[in-house]
Parts: sequence; structure tokens; C-alpha cells
Amino acid sequence: MTLGEIAKILNAEILYGHDLLNREFSSVFCCDLLSDVLAFTGENALLLTGLTNLQVIYTANMINAAGVIFVRGKKLPKEVVQLAEELELPIFTTPLLMYETCGILYSRGIPGSI
Amino acid sequence: MNKENLHRMEFEVEAMNYQAAGKASSKIKKVLQQIGVHSAVIRKISIVSYELEMNLVIHGHGGKLIVEITPSEVTVRAIDEGPGIPDINKAMEEGFSTADEKIRELGFGAGMGLPNIKKNSDNLNIISTVGKGTSVKVVIKV
Repeated sequence: MTLGEIAKILNAEILYGHDLLNREFSSVFCCDLLSDVLAFTGENALLLTGLTNLQVIYTANMINAAGVIFVRGKKLPKEVVQLAEELELPIFTTPLLMYETCGILYSRGIPGSI
Repeated sequence: MNKENLHRMEFEVEAMNYQAAGKASSKIKKVLQQIGVHSAVIRKISIVSYELEMNLVIHGHGGKLIVEITPSEVTVRAIDEGPGIPDINKAMEEGFSTADEKIRELGFGAGMGLPNIKKNSDNLNIISTVGKGTSVKVVIKV
């Protein structure tokens, strides 16, 4: 599945990555604990989180994440969006809750990342 | 080690500066990509250097992050003059952390750092003296 398709399904706003919507991702990892994201997430995963600090972007970059979806309609600090641009990491925000977002992705058959 | 093929980078990492934490590691990742290192290896090195960088920021009172790249391996070293680790075996246990509430709010301090560094390295060596500092050396085969 591509980032563009998932953005549509989740009614997500594209904060950065209009040119990268064709990027495919293999699985999903949802977590607000970055230590665990670094320890457990597999390659090319889509990361779901409610954390909105710079470390989310750095962490996603280190694990070669396909992109990040911020849940619960989170507003992001400007420097977080700027860093995502700099590192060419697509980021989105959805008004849906973490639970709803996971439920939708799971019901579409997208596997969890490991 | 073949010195002719050695590429070395050194970064000063500031204590408690969460705006800059991650900068050194993302720079390292970029250089590895430019050199053409395999993406799965870059991922391992990036995770290790970022964990080490965060440790310097959170625990080490800042310090140096040094990377040396040869055609056969990459060595990442974190050197600090922080409080030191009283019990390294304990620090290697999953779930053990001395991080405070502020760090946990950022999403760190789960006690996964050193175990995760070990998981991603081919060789890990930690030397620490309480009150003097810690030196961590990681080797990852390319």
C-alpha cells in the first residue's frame, strides 16, 4: 500500500511529502515510546504516534521509516515539520484516535512491524 | 586497519539539548549513504549512533561521538565525563533505566538503549568509572 492511499483512508492532512505519496510501506508500528520504536520496528514501516517532538523525526529517520502519521489531530511545532522536510520524511496528521487508526489499518490487512 | 581508507567524523554532543539531539546521527547516516554502504547496515549503525548520542545527551553530561569507517567495518564511540555506570550488567538489562520523568515524556528511558545497541552491534565494549565517565565502543561489520 502507498502513503497516498493510506492518507486518503485516514482523512489525513499531508504536512510534508506531496511528492512522495507513491512510496510503499511494508507494515505499521504504533507507539509513543521511542526507545521501543528503535528496538522493535522493522525496515520501511509506517510509524503512528501521538508524540510531536523532534526526536520522533530523528527516530523515524534512523529506522528507515516510510513515513509518520500523527494521530488525534496533533498540531506540530514548526521545527518538527522543517526537520521532516530536511530528512525527506513524509509526515501526516489524522484527526482519528490511535485506536481508530490502528483498527482501520488492521482491518485492511496491513501487518504490524517487527 | 587500512588508514588510507579511513573516514573519520567527530561530533561534540551537548548535555540536555533536545533540540540538537539526533543531529550528529542524521549527519552520520547521510555520509554513510553517500559512501554507498548497504542500507541494512546503515540502519544498524544509525540506531546505534542515535542511541549513543541520546545517552550522551541524557546521562553523560554531553560528550564526544566518534565514527570511523573502513571498507570492512564501522566503529562508533561515545566518550563522556559523566557520572559513570555503577553496574554495567544491570544497565544491560532490558527495562532498567535511571532516566527521569522529563526524559520519559520525550519517549525515552524505557531501559532499551544498551540492550538495543548490543543487538545491533558485532562487538560492544563498555568501560565506565563512577565519577569519571563512560566510554562505549561499538563495531559493526560492513
